[in-house]
Amino acid sequence: MAFGTSVDLTSNTGGIVTPNPFWLASAPPANSGAQIMRAFDAGWGGAVWKTLGTPIQNVSSRFGALHFKGTRAIGFNNIELITDRPLEVNFREIAEVKKRYPKHGVIVSLMVETRDEWRDMIKRAIDAGADGLELNFGCPHGMCERGMGSAVGQEPALNEKITSWAVEFSTVPVLVKLTPNVDEINPHGLAAKRGGAHGVSLINTIKSLIGIDIDRFVPEPRVSGLSTNGGYCGAAVKPIAMHMIGSLARDPDFGLPISGIGGVANWRDAVEFILLGCSSVQVCTEVMLRGYRVVGDMIEGLTEYMRSHGFSTIEEMRGKAVPQFSEWGELDLNYETVAKIDPGKCIGCHACVVACHDGAHQCIHPAPKEAGTRVPVVDESECVGCNLCQIVCPVPDCITMAAVDNGFKPATWNEFVSEGKPLRPKKGAH
Amino acid sequence: MVDSRTLPEDRSEAGFGDYKPALGPAQALAEANRCLYCADAPCVQKCPTGIDIPEFIRKISTGNLKGSARTILDANIFGMSCARVCPVEVLCVGGCVYNEMDAPPIAIGRLQRYATDAALAADWRYFEAGPDSGRSVGLIGGGPASLAAAHELRRRGHACTIYDAGKWLGGLNTTGVAPYKLRADDALAEVAYVLGIGGIAVESGVQVGRDVTWDALLARHDALFIGVGLGADRTLDIPGKELGGIDGAVAFIEKFKLGRVDLAGVQRAIVVGGGNTAVDAVRELVGLGVPEVTMLYRGDEAAMSGYEHEWKAAKIEGVRSLWHTQPTAYVGRDGRVAGLRCVKLGADKRPLPGEGFEVPAELVLLAIGQARLGELVAGLGGVQLEGGRLLVDADGATGNPRVFAGGDCANGGKEVVNAVAEGKRAALAIDRALTTGASK
Ligand SMILES: Cc1cc2nc3c(=O)[nH]c(=O)nc-3n(C[C@H](O)[C@H](O)[C@H](O)COP(=O)(O)O)c2cc1C
Ligand code: SF4
Ligand code: SF4
Repeated sequence: MAFGTSVDLTSNTGGIVTPNPFWLASAPPANSGAQIMRAFDAGWGGAVWKTLGTPIQNVSSRFGALHFKGTRAIGFNNIELITDRPLEVNFREIAEVKKRYPKHGVIVSLMVETRDEWRDMIKRAIDAGADGLELNFGCPHGMCERGMGSAVGQEPALNEKITSWAVEFSTVPVLVKLTPNVDEINPHGLAAKRGGAHGVSLINTIKSLIGIDIDRFVPEPRVSGLSTNGGYCGAAVKPIAMHMIGSLARDPDFGLPISGIGGVANWRDAVEFILLGCSSVQVCTEVMLRGYRVVGDMIEGLTEYMRSHGFSTIEEMRGKAVPQFSEWGELDLNYETVAKIDPGKCIGCHACVVACHDGAHQCIHPAPKEAGTRVPVVDESECVGCNLCQIVCPVPDCITMAAVDNGFKPATWNEFVSEGKPLRPKKGAH
Repeated sequence: MVDSRTLPEDRSEAGFGDYKPALGPAQALAEANRCLYCADAPCVQKCPTGIDIPEFIRKISTGNLKGSARTILDANIFGMSCARVCPVEVLCVGGCVYNEMDAPPIAIGRLQRYATDAALAADWRYFEAGPDSGRSVGLIGGGPASLAAAHELRRRGHACTIYDAGKWLGGLNTTGVAPYKLRADDALAEVAYVLGIGGIAVESGVQVGRDVTWDALLARHDALFIGVGLGADRTLDIPGKELGGIDGAVAFIEKFKLGRVDLAGVQRAIVVGGGNTAVDAVRELVGLGVPEVTMLYRGDEAAMSGYEHEWKAAKIEGVRSLWHTQPTAYVGRDGRVAGLRCVKLGADKRPLPGEGFEVPAELVLLAIGQARLGELVAGLGGVQLEGGRLLVDADGATGNPRVFAGGDCANGGKEVVNAVAEGKRAALAIDRALTTGASK
């Protein structure tokens, strides 16, 4: 049987249907028609056009990156604004892309101020053939100082009002792009819902300062002698994005479709986002760093994952991890694990020993000299099962966290407080 | 007939270890993560089959191993053996941009082996035969060129029959590759994997001219592909050539790969030649336990055509050399060779004056080239020879519109990867010819 034939990747995000769930996020890779057509040829299912509004003037330099131990750009930062190209050019190209790629999704991102401007821009986007709109309430730099972008995303009442305008003017689905620069995401997602949005997309970039030039004493990216705060994105922001996506996905009052963004770099990330409730995923940084070609592996990896897990549609797998994303008070306090080292795999680096001694509970020890081995010994009576050692161990599957039967029935903190269920004795607390 | 289980288990080659051992998962991941994922990558440009190397490596790093092997095999169905036998130092790895920054280049061959070994072990199948075209192609010779061509033709729905003079398919992959790179049973397992696409008939033990005529083949098939490789080892026409203990290097290698060779009593062996077969042979003799192995060549290190990295390894293994030397007679004892009489050559490659000298050896292997196709293609209208090779254009087309060729018989003797590339290219040309109407 040929590779992956029984799987349908078609994605539907609030009525925006694309051949697969992989979209370019609104950003430089979706800046122009020629780029987006090349991306569709490479396999992308949709693209959110670089945000349109009154064209701006950008600075140079405008990007910075976090390099870590030889790996370049695990995090990325920018101080770029919305489109700097004339609106007529953008709309003409949108029409051309839609004509040539009728089955692919073209979602037009917008950011303007007044009701009239929103009406005008939405009409022009839809006339050009947009399959959907994305309201950019998320840009954390430059635009918010002008009362747009995250200034809107941080103010639920404003978010709801502008969303309702857009929904009123639009004949195509409206997604609201949320900013992560808030303490809790849910009020903002709910505001978009009250405004009538058909879905949300998140996250936009996170306020950041990526580095300092230590010889010039100027933050980066340096624009002549100064810099400013930027928006953080790339692989490093994925956990923040997933937390916010998960918070909305498990909110019983929410229930809108989600287009997930933030640190998606390969098919595994996409699988995680979909399991967390996303109908589509958007990618910016990984494409900026490596090109449209990364989508080949994303499609193939997702297809193979679905096949091996028996999912034939995105909808079947979507949200499968959401019920298991719970609250601390619901976790079983009597569930106990200890670290087990596989002596056949251990290479004797003692990374676990030092981590446990200095960063955990001092219960992994070097083997006694006469034992003639560098495989450390776990004192299971003291191991609290924190799994720090497993995290630092360089050998895959060398340290496993094994469940221990301590004779206690499951009991959560909530059950302990409300019903007085018995808890196991604490470990390592002396 | 490609059942590798029928190879004897006590083959002499079975004692060899891999000189580039397989990577484990942790090593493969670490190496894959080092790849820079170049665009217009120079490694790809140096691969005769154009495997998208950065892409298959990225797929290893994302855990998409099945997709990784697909990327490789889609470009080169012999990706498993090429991963082991390709001179990567002068091909893909030689092109790696890390060389430019004096950092170790990516171990592309070993990563390719990691992915393709997994695919063959799990029998992941990616390719299906195309809808039956009603056309048929006869492929003469059962080595990588013909097999790669047949696989490609099957993807396009053409029926294929391979005619091979020997018992085993796989060509030199099976009978000639140094065992520290690829063993015969693995080569045969790969042949079985390639044939797994279905619809490739195999007729073994069939020699054109003896068992079937070109006319009969042309009558039977819409097109023919010739991938017969090179002929037998050349011999030295000097006194004593009838003595025991003298063999062609290619013939000798085949013997110990498919069966056992008895080297009891061989203390010293000489390999005559300076090409890659000679370098393989000296390393193999060392591996087979011959205490003293010498390469004897009429040129010197700078002039030899064997790969530098292979010869370097041979020297490290203790192989000796005699440069600017030419044998003039075999020395015999009790009907077996006991040494070679030689002369030194001057800069003009002529013997220097003087007596000459004698080098003792109980085994002499000749790696001075292989016979070219003489009369094989006689009677095949339009097909021309040039310097013993079949004359073909860039698509593998001969002067006969229904006959194509590739691999060693057309390129004069190159790598497996060249044979695969040429077989595939010819298959595409045959497909074009068949689908645009040229037929019998
Ligand atoms: C250089 C750059 C420009 C961006 N421009 C926009 C924009 O115009 N509109 C928008 O909604 N988001 C913009 N973003 C945010 C991205 O669309 C995306 O939400 C964010 O980068 C997180 O995804 P990632 O981790 O895949 O990069 C931009 C991001 C970058 C790096
Ligand atoms: S990436 Fe291109 S546009 Fe940007 S600084 Fe380099 S050369 Fe200039
Ligand atoms: S970190 Fe892992 S490999 Fe290193 S000593 Fe501990 S168990 Fe062994």
